[in-house]
Formats: sequence, C-alpha cells, structure tokens
Amino acid sequence: VTPATSPEAPREPLRVDGEVRSVRRRGPYVALTLQAPAVAERCLPGQFVSVGVAAVATLLRRPFSIAAAEPAGGGVEVVFDVVGPGTAWLAERRPGEPLDLVGPLGRPFPAPPAGVGCVLVGGGYGAAPLLYLARALADGRRPVALVMGAASAARLLDPDAAERALPGGVVLTTEDGSRGRSGRVTDVLDALLDDTEAGVLYACGPMAMLAAVARRAHTRALRCHVAVEEAMACGVGVCMTCVVPVRGPEGVRNRRACVDGPVFDGADVAWDALGTALSAPPTGALRELRP
Amino acid sequence: VSVDLSAELGPLRLANPVVTASGCFGSGREIDRFFDISRLGAVVVKSVTVEPREGLPTPRMAETANGMLNAIGLQNPGIDRWLATELPWLRERGVPVIVSIAGKTVDDYRRLAERLRDEPGLLAIEANISCPNVEDRNIVFACRERSTHDALSQVTALSRVPVFAKLTPDVTDITAIARVARDAGAAGVSVINTLLGMAIDVRTRRPKLAAVTGGLSGPAIKPVAVRAVHQIARALPGLPIIGMGGVRSVEDVVEFLMAGASAVAVGTATFANPLAAIELVEGLPGWMADHGYTSVAELRGARSLPAPAVR
Repeated sequence: VTPATSPEAPREPLRVDGEVRSVRRRGPYVALTLQAPAVAERCLPGQFVSVGVAAVATLLRRPFSIAAAEPAGGGVEVVFDVVGPGTAWLAERRPGEPLDLVGPLGRPFPAPPAGVGCVLVGGGYGAAPLLYLARALADGRRPVALVMGAASAARLLDPDAAERALPGGVVLTTEDGSRGRSGRVTDVLDALLDDTEAGVLYACGPMAMLAAVARRAHTRALRCHVAVEEAMACGVGVCMTCVVPVRGPEGVRNRRACVDGPVFDGADVAWDALGTALSAPPTGALRELRP
Repeated sequence: VSVDLSAELGPLRLANPVVTASGCFGSGREIDRFFDISRLGAVVVKSVTVEPREGLPTPRMAETANGMLNAIGLQNPGIDRWLATELPWLRERGVPVIVSIAGKTVDDYRRLAERLRDEPGLLAIEANISCPNVEDRNIVFACRERSTHDALSQVTALSRVPVFAKLTPDVTDITAIARVARDAGAAGVSVINTLLGMAIDVRTRRPKLAAVTGGLSGPAIKPVAVRAVHQIARALPGLPIIGMGGVRSVEDVVEFLMAGASAVAVGTATFANPLAAIELVEGLPGWMADHGYTSVAELRGARSLPAPAVR
C-alpha cells in the first residue's frame, strides 16, 4: 500500500455572506456558483460547504461537496440533485442574490505520492468533487483517469464537460447501457487499474458504490480514499448525526463525517456495520482516540 | 444607553443570559473555531455518561416542518475521558461550564456526581433525566415523580455546585415534576428537552430514523417550551429556570425571559448557524435599548398574565 501524504493542512472554516454568481443545469443536476472569496481561497478537493436555505418551513443548512473553487476569482461551485424543498429553493436562485455559506468543512482528499497514477470513481453527481480533484492532480506527470457511473445516461453528470477537463481520461458506465460501458463502475475498474498502473483510488458516490470500490482496492492492495455522504444537521461537528463506523485503535467506532471525514480511508470504514448499532467500547483500559 | 446584560440564575451570576443547550454544542471546541465561546453566559456541554457510548445507528436525523428529529443515543466519550480531554481545555479557555450528565440507572447518577465532586471550575451540573433516545422509555426518569426524585437526590446529595434538572415536556403536568426536582435539592430546572416524535418516509414506507422515534427540536416546539416555562414560573415562584426550545432570534430570548426564565439556551439554531448563540449575545443589548430596558432583570416575567386556564 502506497502511503499518502497531505501537504496542505485544511484551514478553519468561515461563515460568510456569499453572492450567487450562476445557477446552471449540469445534465440532470444543478451547478451553483457562489462568489465567496474568503472561502474559495481555503478550499481543498474533498471538502464541503454548507449553504443556508430559506425555503418554507426548512431549518437546516444543506451540505454539498465542493465541485470547484477559484482562489483567484473567488468562486465556489457545488453540484446537487433537486431532491426536496431546500435544493428546489437553491435551484431557483438568481445571480446577485445573497447566500449564507459556511466552509470549507471537513478533511480533504490526501494527496497521492508524487508521480503515482490515480483512478477517480464518481457515482452520479458524486463525480463533481472528483473533477475538482482531477484538475488539482493533473499536473502532466501522473496518469489520472475518471470513471463516472450512473443508472442511465440521463443520470450522468455532464460527461462531455468531464471529457473536456480530462481529455482521453474519462470512462463512462451506465447500468442500463444507455451510454458508455454497460454495468457498474466496478466492472471497468480492474482493466483501468491495469492500464494506468494506478497507486491510489479516490471515490465519491452512494455508500454501496463506495463499499464496492473499497473492496476492489483492498483486493489489489491499493490505497483508497472515499468521501462519504450521511444525513447531517450541523456540518461542523456538534450534532453527532452524520456518523460512520470506522476502524481505529479501539475497534470500530462512530466517527463524524463532517469533521473526522467526509474523506476516510476505504480500508478503515466498517462497511458491513453501516446503519447498525455498534457495541459499546471496552471499559477499563481506555486509550486516547483523538489524534 | 448602557445595558446590564448580567443574569442571575439562582445562586449563579452569568455575564449574559445566553447559554447553550446540551447536545447542540458538543463541548465547545468545534464552535470555538467560529467565535470565542467564553463570551457566552455558560456552555452546557453534551451529556456525559459513566461509560463511553457509541450511540444509535444511522440515519439519526430527519428535518421536519420548522424543526428536526434526532436520535443520537447519547454518543459520548464517557466521564473519564471527558474529564481528561475536554474539561481541562474548557477551564484553560475560561469558559463557564455547566456539565450535563445522563444515566441509565439511579446509581449512574450517583457515580457521575461522585466523579465530578472534586473537579474545580464547574459552574453547575445539569442532570439530564429526560433524554428521549434511550432503549427503554421506562428509564426516562423525568416522566415520573418517583424516579425524578431518586435520580436527582443522588446528584444533589453529592454535588458541591448547583444542580439543574433537565425536564421533558412529555408529561401530564410538568410543574409536578419540577416541584419534585426542587424538593430533591435541585437549584433550578432546565426546560424543555425535546419532544418525542416520529416521521415516516412514505415512498420507502420506513421510519425516517433508524431508531424509529426521536427528539423533536427547533422553532416548531417553541410555544410548548414557552408554556412549560410559564407554568413552572407560576407554580414555583423563585425556582430558577433555564428556558429553551426553538430559540433563534433576540425576540425569542426575550420571550423566554418574559415567560419566567432566568437564562435562555440556544439549541438547534446552532446547527443552522454556528454563530447563532453569539449573535444573540450581540443583538440583545440593542433590542433592549430600543425598547427601553436597561437590565436583563427588567425583562423577567410578563405583564398582567391571567392565570392559565388549564394547569
């Protein structure tokens, strides 16, 4: 397993009054770009932001993976699916409107060792943060490939834009065969890993997909970083709702996706324990858990 | 016009009446990234239990109309580790700390009170005897007078600092429970904890929470909370009350003070805005000056309130 390094430590999050720059369709999803320079200059791939929404009777912020950040231009982009009143409200914003933003939040994807090839796997709009990562990794000295998978062509995140961002490096899969290879992202993974001789995998998407990718990485003794998604109320580490079972020195423990993640080592996530009750930790010999 | 923001909470004097609601602020570290948490009237930390707890399965949260349901199940590092890692940091930062404790048994409350007895730098203890997310609803101590007395008297007998009893509104008469708490030695009460609620995803036909039921919080419950504070303030004049439930605006803080609270806790609002509590501290003096008040004490109690029709 190749060790990963994180050259840049994440900086503390801010709460800022951002301004809507654009709201655009990206395939079946919505891409929202906010002008928020203080946040934009702090963002790293894998981190997320949470956006205040003012839809009728909603209360909580909406957390989204960062799809792009322009430290120079001050823009922060997120991509989301309209699934409820909060995202519907966001999809209706107009340029110039104010929007409350907190971020960047969470731990970013660790950087791969120099020169090591990377395969990135995104399910549905989970491909958005991986395109952000791909742009950061593509320095011309390492191979970078992106697999984008969805149930059908209609659920793929703008494959043409991905192909422009990563020419020749994008592989598409759809479960119904309506575009790209027929099947799931894991069906193309082995061949791609052989071709690219990749040393590190990165993935974002539904939990079942992340589990399958992490298992494949484990079989091949490859390091795999996954960005998880879990229902989240605060996004800043205090509500304890977004926990994921993760293996550590004290066995499997519930860790917060918002501050301990959202990026975890795929080998550490206890995929079989998702959504189950963990047994209480051992009493007595308690060791320090926090780094 | 200078405004006196200090608040008398029974034997305690707080710099201002804005405190945090247990379970909505961790032990403060995460929110201290956004503002200096020692500026709050007090920080009431997330409930600590005797043993470490991993809590309930996910999903643990569901947003509802103007509120949210949670079922965390008291995930916490346990009292030993909390004392070793969190309390020293809070002390060093000069934060006025109210430690919330929760137990499964009466003996748990005794053990927790014993562990805290010789810890310096604690402002008060809040005995959480009303967490709705426990395996067995029969151990929600604050649902019954007898168990309220049994759990609380363990803590008040041992504690060297004032003890506040955190009560649930899911009872027929909250004033009866508050009276028992006072008689068991509580210096005051914290009202209200979340209401037990439930939501079903009609597409999947499954409850939205893995634990099926959970605690309802947020603006949706504020009128219930104001009612509970008012009932206790009328029934037990002089018993200090930390009021909470859906507090989001400066007007909400004022409303709770007028209902009879001496301090007001901010809970779910912190989830929506990590700066919510400090924005209320900053906004209160302006509101008071605009409305002709010079001290928090003047805000306490409402004018010409008729006796409640139903008690």
